[in-house]
Amino acid sequence: MDPQDPGGRRLMADALTGFLEAAVRTATPLAFAAMGETIAERAGVINVGLEGCVMAGAFGALVAAGAGGVGAGFATSAVAGAALAALFALCVVRLGTDQIITGTAMTLLGLGGTGALYRTWYGAGGAALSVPTAGPMAVPGLSKLPVVGPAFFSQPVVTYLAALLVPVLWWFLYRTHAGLALRAVGEAPEAARAAGVATARLRTLAVVAGGALGGLAGGTLVLAQAGTFAEGMSAGRGFVAIAIVVLGRWHPVGAALGALVFGAATALQFLIQAMGWTLPYQLFLALPYVLTLGALALARGRGRPPAALGQASG
Amino acid sequence: MTRHRWTGRLLLIAATGGVAALLLLAIVALAGYDAPRALGALAGGAFGSLDAVLSGTLVRATPLVLAGLAVTLAFRAGVLNIGAEGQLLAGAAAATAAGLAVTGPGPLPLVSALTAGIAGGAVVAGVAAWLRARFGVLDVISTLMLNSVAQFVVAWLVRGPLQEPLRIYPQSASLAAAARLPVLVPGSRLHLGWLMAVVLAGVGSWWLARTAAGFRLRATGLNPLAAASAGGVATGRVTAWAFVGSGMLAGLAGAVEVTGVTYALYENLSPGYGFTAIAVALLAGLEPVLVIATGLVFGALEAGASAMQRDAGVPSVLVAVVEALVILLLVLAERGRQAGWWTRRTPEAAG
Amino acid sequence: MSVAPPGGRRAPTLALTGILKRFGPTLALDDAGVVIRPGTVHALLGENGAGKSTLMRIAFGLLAPDAGTITLDGRPVHFASAAAALAAGLGMVQQHFSLVPAMTVAENVALGGRGRFDAARAAAVVRRIGEATGLGLDPGARVGELAVHAQQRVEIVKALARDAAVLILDEPTAVLAPAEAHEVLGWVRRFAEGGGSIVLITHKLADALAVADDLTVLRRGRVVRSAQRATWSHDALVAAMLGEVPEGPAVAPSVRPPGDEVLALEGVTYADARGVVRVEDVSASVRAGEVVGIAAVEGSGQHELLRLLAGRLAPTRGLVRRPATVGFVPEDRHRDAILLDAPLRENVALRGLGAARGRMPWEALRARTRELMARFDVRGPGPEAPARALSGGNQQKLVLARELDPPPPALVVENPTRGLDLRATDAVLGRLREARDQGLAVVFYSSDIDEVLAVSDRVLAMHDGRLVASDATRESVGRAMLGATP
Repeated sequence: MDPQDPGGRRLMADALTGFLEAAVRTATPLAFAAMGETIAERAGVINVGLEGCVMAGAFGALVAAGAGGVGAGFATSAVAGAALAALFALCVVRLGTDQIITGTAMTLLGLGGTGALYRTWYGAGGAALSVPTAGPMAVPGLSKLPVVGPAFFSQPVVTYLAALLVPVLWWFLYRTHAGLALRAVGEAPEAARAAGVATARLRTLAVVAGGALGGLAGGTLVLAQAGTFAEGMSAGRGFVAIAIVVLGRWHPVGAALGALVFGAATALQFLIQAMGWTLPYQLFLALPYVLTLGALALARGRGRPPAALGQASG
Repeated sequence: MTRHRWTGRLLLIAATGGVAALLLLAIVALAGYDAPRALGALAGGAFGSLDAVLSGTLVRATPLVLAGLAVTLAFRAGVLNIGAEGQLLAGAAAATAAGLAVTGPGPLPLVSALTAGIAGGAVVAGVAAWLRARFGVLDVISTLMLNSVAQFVVAWLVRGPLQEPLRIYPQSASLAAAARLPVLVPGSRLHLGWLMAVVLAGVGSWWLARTAAGFRLRATGLNPLAAASAGGVATGRVTAWAFVGSGMLAGLAGAVEVTGVTYALYENLSPGYGFTAIAVALLAGLEPVLVIATGLVFGALEAGASAMQRDAGVPSVLVAVVEALVILLLVLAERGRQAGWWTRRTPEAAG
Repeated sequence: MSVAPPGGRRAPTLALTGILKRFGPTLALDDAGVVIRPGTVHALLGENGAGKSTLMRIAFGLLAPDAGTITLDGRPVHFASAAAALAAGLGMVQQHFSLVPAMTVAENVALGGRGRFDAARAAAVVRRIGEATGLGLDPGARVGELAVHAQQRVEIVKALARDAAVLILDEPTAVLAPAEAHEVLGWVRRFAEGGGSIVLITHKLADALAVADDLTVLRRGRVVRSAQRATWSHDALVAAMLGEVPEGPAVAPSVRPPGDEVLALEGVTYADARGVVRVEDVSASVRAGEVVGIAAVEGSGQHELLRLLAGRLAPTRGLVRRPATVGFVPEDRHRDAILLDAPLRENVALRGLGAARGRMPWEALRARTRELMARFDVRGPGPEAPARALSGGNQQKLVLARELDPPPPALVVENPTRGLDLRATDAVLGRLREARDQGLAVVFYSSDIDEVLAVSDRVLAMHDGRLVASDATRESVGRAMLGATP
């Protein structure tokens, strides 16, 4: 590229801004879901039904935002995700059913239930339903920075909320006794119980909180991105979140960074399409998963999953 | 010997099918649809005519039975393969590639396509098996990841190397007649794949029950420590092969779907067959022969639901809800049996 | 002269009286009791299965007694859980530690608290307790990477951080090297002098005599004698623990002289995955037609020794000579020997499955299972019933039948009568004698020394990973396995 060509340079800068903005935007729901799954898995419960929670959240957002606005939409999305997760926790933690199979049922329930309700309440899906959305909120000053300003500081409020959640979750897990107990339950439930920790209650709470964040991910899809609802619009984000948790090594900061990696892969797709390149972007989308598998295989010591992950012990 | 247990299970399957249909109708009625009309459509779509049975229920049951067998094999060995979906897609893609590439005499293109499909599923499952054996990666996580990888690779293939010659639609070219499965009943859409699924289910039950290798697999799944210590079974090898074998069956399901139904590779080739297969396998009590019955139940449910959507405007996705409830009821029943919820046994029965 | 216990709490008088506890058909505790005086070390002694751990698990709220009372300073208390006992100032360090391996020392010590977790403050607590007691630990070290004696320290510090004034230590020196054991016992003494109470569950007489103020001996769930240190001698302790020495030769004679050597260990050492040496330089030989009994207290390396003989473990060093097939009856049959949800026929078919080819001869196996059930008196609905449907004794008889038919050259049996009632126990032990009379080389371990003596032609006492020389008398074996010098 000709360095003397200011137009070309601006084009590149715009493309870069667009890429970064898209990466952060697509990473937001993933970060919510991945942090939710991090909480659950740190307590020893793998919730493969998170996909269902995301869908429940998306549908909850649609229903409530139409009546009560964006705020009600977000709140309802969290409640819907938490409700489905509570059913999951009841089966898995209290009744001791298999986590994987029960989780699969939750995914089907979330996908099928929202699809059916949507078609029933809103018709066969012909008319594109639009809901109020959370527009971008520019952070004064910062949003004026070149390239990164529009990308990072002119995002919907939920994106800032997701970013804020990272240190909050970190603080909870590593700086409170409840967080310490939660991590212990995921590693050695017997030892935790011997130390006086109410393991079953903690696991239940962790799963429900994780489901609420999964629901929030769905709410973000509807209220901050699509502006509408579509059947199956979670498009596997619940499963992506499980991958991100692995990639992020069961750590909230890792989950946020992992979400950005997956977000960037998606944004790369937009960039490739926008630039008219004929690169197989689907392979870029697959890349983070391969990366995750590699990370999992090569993980040593601290990168291991919680020792009691998936085990029935309550 | 095991016949009488099968009879009980068959009754359970039939009952579950009935309950599932009732649940579906109850939800339909609650949602305010015309329930009698929906029932008519549901029954008509599933069993209303010979063609409904052959081209609807049986055709839909075919991939469910094959993928259900894949899940059955893995679960019986203690392998939590929830990646049948990805292995199925890999099989479909490989079968399409081979079926388009190989031209030759007689059944060679078809055989190549099916073989490639089996190999495709085996490779994807093999990766997960290797990750488990070599690095101790949890089956659940690796197979979930590979599901996504397979989906994106198929999305790429139908826009890239395998895209139809006009390069307009995201799908592959159609397979030539020589690479298609023959139709079983003239005038219907029922293809040879159904027969293959039925035969494989029968062989599977025989193999598990009657052969030493089948017993090794079951023993490993029931208690790997005892199988190794008391039986001298190389449990690591058994689970790895069960994983790969499961992938082969799922791959075959994909290959059969391509060569028997769609004749081309699409992105949304599978409406979640790999996940429904888990319900299919569990409802069958992980008994291969009974997978035929449960595959039929779910196949009928899906065929009927399609008709219900077409004729009564009831969303067919409700089937997913019913499937979810069936899985939940089954795991709860299984858990209850283990924990003795509904058998208050007298302590120390026989001395 | 005395320093206050780290928590500053004065120990209450802990008293247990009339404690009764049943496990299925066995009476684990029969009117047992003990009084722990404040500021003392109280040693609780007894052979395996005497009930000492059970009694203290009841005191700590881990088990509920079937009858009896527990009082603290005269007030009756009822602990529904360990958490309740902790709150009342009791602490217990069990033989199997309750630690989170992936977490740091400070995190493990802080676990169970409320509110904000401050790693630095938790570390300071660990350091402060370390300074006050001499139990120094690196607060930031990951517990899973610590040696066993350091993990034990973590457990003790954990209890002290919660102001435990009465501390129960279950076999604290069993897993420690002599120097480490010495250190722990020194601390035990100091803790008591500071006003705290220690209950020391042990089978090591020397340890008990060295540090205890009071000693209580349990045998078969009953208290034999409870008195102050001054009234006890070494011999009196041994006598109290072993009970009346039976008259005449304890070992049952074999009907014919033993034959050729079938199993042999030569200089065998085995270290576990963590590098801890479990079996050290053991040489032994077992001949056809004899039962060789192993006498040992829990954790002496017998678990590993039996698996080395059975070919289920490979030695780290040394040579194991054994036939291609060795029958093995492991202690935990549900985990290691049977498929609970599979029919008996399949459980019988498990033997040799790894090498089986082609079709399974199920018809023949069904007939064989039926025949074995009749011959070994396995009571159950039939060959098609799941193993789960059988009682523990019948499950054990089935395992024994499988391992004995067809007879292998050698059989290794580990605690085969655990959890069985009297009749089943007799049946199982009778089978072992029969096997010997048929010319099998039999290795037999039981945690009940009387059982070992009753069945074995020869007894090898094991202590701390090594075989210890002894005569085949109850007294001599008992002393050898307790590590007492003859």
